[in-house]
Amino acid sequence: MNAIKIVLAGQPNVGKSMLINAMSSSNSLKVGNFSGVTVEKTEICFEHHCHKLEMVDLPGTYSIRGYSQEEKVAHNYLLNEEYDVIINVLDSTHLQRNLLLTLELLKLNKKMILALNMADEAKKEGIEIDVAQIEAITGVPTVLVSASTGEGVDELLERVHDIADSHRRVSSNILYSNPIEEEILKLSKFFNERGFTLRDLSSREIAIRILFEDKDLYRELHEEPIMIELQPQIVASLEHIYTHHETKNINDVKANEYIAIAKGIRMETVKCSRQKNKKTPTKKIDDILINKYMGVPIFLFLMWGLFQLTFELGAIPMEWIDAGFGAFGEIVGSVIPHEATRSLIVDGIIAGVGSVMLFLPNIIILYIGIALLETTGYMSRVAFLLDGFFHKFGLHGKSFIPLVTGFGCTVPAYMSTRTLKSEKDRLITLFILGFMSCGAKLPVYVLFTGAFFGPEQAGNILFVIYIAGAMLGLVMAKALRVFVFKGEDEPFVMEMPKYRMPSLKLIWHTVYNKAKSYIKKAGTFILAASMLIWFASAYPKQPLLGEKYDIQIEQAGENKKLVSKLENQLKLEELEASYLGQLGKFSEPFFSPLGFDWKMAVALETGLAAKEVVVSTLGVLYAVGDDVDEESNSLIAQLKANVSFASAMAFIVFVMIYLPCLAASMVFAKEAGGYKYLFYLFVFTTVTAWVFAFITYRILIKIL
Amino acid sequence: MKLSELKKDDKAVIIKIDTDDMMKSRLVSFGVAKGIELSVEAYSLANKTIEILVDDTLIGLRSDEADQIEVEKI
Ligand SMILES: Nc1nc2c(ncn2[C@@H]2O[C@H](COP(=O)(O)OP(=O)(O)OP(=O)(O)O)[C@@H](O)[C@H]2O)c(=O)[nH]1
Ligand SMILES: [Mg+2]
Repeated sequence: MNAIKIVLAGQPNVGKSMLINAMSSSNSLKVGNFSGVTVEKTEICFEHHCHKLEMVDLPGTYSIRGYSQEEKVAHNYLLNEEYDVIINVLDSTHLQRNLLLTLELLKLNKKMILALNMADEAKKEGIEIDVAQIEAITGVPTVLVSASTGEGVDELLERVHDIADSHRRVSSNILYSNPIEEEILKLSKFFNERGFTLRDLSSREIAIRILFEDKDLYRELHEEPIMIELQPQIVASLEHIYTHHETKNINDVKANEYIAIAKGIRMETVKCSRQKNKKTPTKKIDDILINKYMGVPIFLFLMWGLFQLTFELGAIPMEWIDAGFGAFGEIVGSVIPHEATRSLIVDGIIAGVGSVMLFLPNIIILYIGIALLETTGYMSRVAFLLDGFFHKFGLHGKSFIPLVTGFGCTVPAYMSTRTLKSEKDRLITLFILGFMSCGAKLPVYVLFTGAFFGPEQAGNILFVIYIAGAMLGLVMAKALRVFVFKGEDEPFVMEMPKYRMPSLKLIWHTVYNKAKSYIKKAGTFILAASMLIWFASAYPKQPLLGEKYDIQIEQAGENKKLVSKLENQLKLEELEASYLGQLGKFSEPFFSPLGFDWKMAVALETGLAAKEVVVSTLGVLYAVGDDVDEESNSLIAQLKANVSFASAMAFIVFVMIYLPCLAASMVFAKEAGGYKYLFYLFVFTTVTAWVFAFITYRILIKIL
Repeated sequence: MKLSELKKDDKAVIIKIDTDDMMKSRLVSFGVAKGIELSVEAYSLANKTIEILVDDTLIGLRSDEADQIEVEKI
């Protein structure tokens, strides 16, 4: 049996992705309560009734003539690709608007099913839908489903099998307004009399397409002899329609007709028992959250709260993890006799991976916060609140969505810029996205704020760092807008979804998957990087240096203090002579005006691979170069002892601004449209980072 | 009057939409077109953006765009 290829089409945020998850009993597709969650076509395969089903999730599109880049994906796919069945997903609680797209889809003449999703919500809101009647009017099988409760999903699957096997073509009973119907009748009569046919279209269909000025059809007709007779008829028909609609724009006519039809269908099939004037819960919440004066302060407060929680709550398990890895390292260290192996495992792997794992709790809290923002419906509100402000800086309110996603991870954030229609808006957003500190930078911040600020303050500082990054991003956006990407503004029109209770299951899955991939990354990529860094920090061996110190240590003899001092000096000099030390020393001149020692310089360089590596590099370097202070070996204590406050702050600033990780950089090049942009980004971020870190360092040195 | 001149909680009917075709078709696909009723739900600071309700759909608009929509208060 061949696989059935099913494509899901519908307006944004109607639950297409969630429906596929429900149908395939998986959780692989990303779901969120705002328009533009899915930006790329995604395929999911599974088996049902011994049939292979291939489901294609498309980005939502408001109308078939796409508007932004991700909507064009849907448009191109629906028109040009091969598939068996379209499932047109509609939001039962917004049937009228959703039907507008359905009317367009019907024109494609493909096998189609309507899935009226959100049945549970409709029920709650007292909306009753006459499914049989919709089926009768549109001529396509219609199923009431709920992706969230699973209601109707089995029936939908059955219908998919039925329709895939059948050869039935859609025949709808949709009627236009009287004047248009009259003209359709006239024209189709004319075609029938002449016995004119075109492809497999009925004469009614030809008539409709002619009246609505379907360009492709006109091109085909152009060649036909019948056109000579047809032309005056068309002119007369259109004239009639224009006078009736009081406009000479056929698109306006079409819009009015479609809206009237959609409204007609709704009136015929939907019964709503809710009182009209009662305030909906969404309205009540909106009165507070997007209140003219309170809206922005509330948003800032919520963000502040999130970072406060990230630090405060995250600190508790962090201590356990730290202690756990420390103890583990000691135990492992005591059972491995071979010195180099022991060093590799304890100082390399355990110190490196441990220092990254330490921040798992912080990351989890941050991700929970972002997931809440994405699933409640608040995201679009913030875009609404901030558009005025963003606009001043040459950005679009919608840019807020990639920017927030960027607090989690820059890779999906780069991809979600596709919802921006204007190429220039998109490029500007791409360029400044790196300033939104991603989750992987969080460990660096938590580490340094934890080391240099009291616990009461650290949460606030974290908030300040994130806000400062965002502010800087805005300023840079303005600069880019003024000097580089000059151009027209894009209009701001955005649907505000209704507020939804975040489902625990959904949040759990999102956060669980993120946490899993973080741990996985720590166990694979970071582990390999830590080994590499350890190796580069331990080799080449320096036998001469060792001999020199051995003699001195022997001479010191009984003097314990001198011996340990000499031993430390040896380790330090060995480290400086290692590959990593050489690299650090080489780049030190570039970084020393910022107050960074060579270890910090190396950490920044290795951090180009991934931002977690900044921390693991520091972990390895300071574990190897065991310092004078033997009481505490924790990285925080090491930093306190070795790094000045001013350098630490400059370091934070540099990390905040400089190039995102390798994976993100690759995605950037792809999204921006070439490696030359990546080069620009590198120069842009490095120069900015250097300048701001320099200023920070110099100012702090002066005033402290 | 212009849509942007309405006050919060005002209701109105759209008389004319005076934008380019792109924007117009976008508005249509939201259900915003001539003869349609709407109500103003919220304004953001400095009236930069405006939230309107059209048949159960909430739409955020920039006031520059709202300037191009002609309405009649009801
Ligand atoms: N109550 C309820 N909520 C649903 C249902 N289906 C989807 N949702 C919610 O609707 C929102 C949108 O779901 P998605 O699956 O992301 O929608 P989408 O159509 O894929 O959206 P885009 O990818 O942006 O086009 C999410 O908040 C879901 O939790 C449903 O049947 N009932
Ligand atoms: Mg989706």
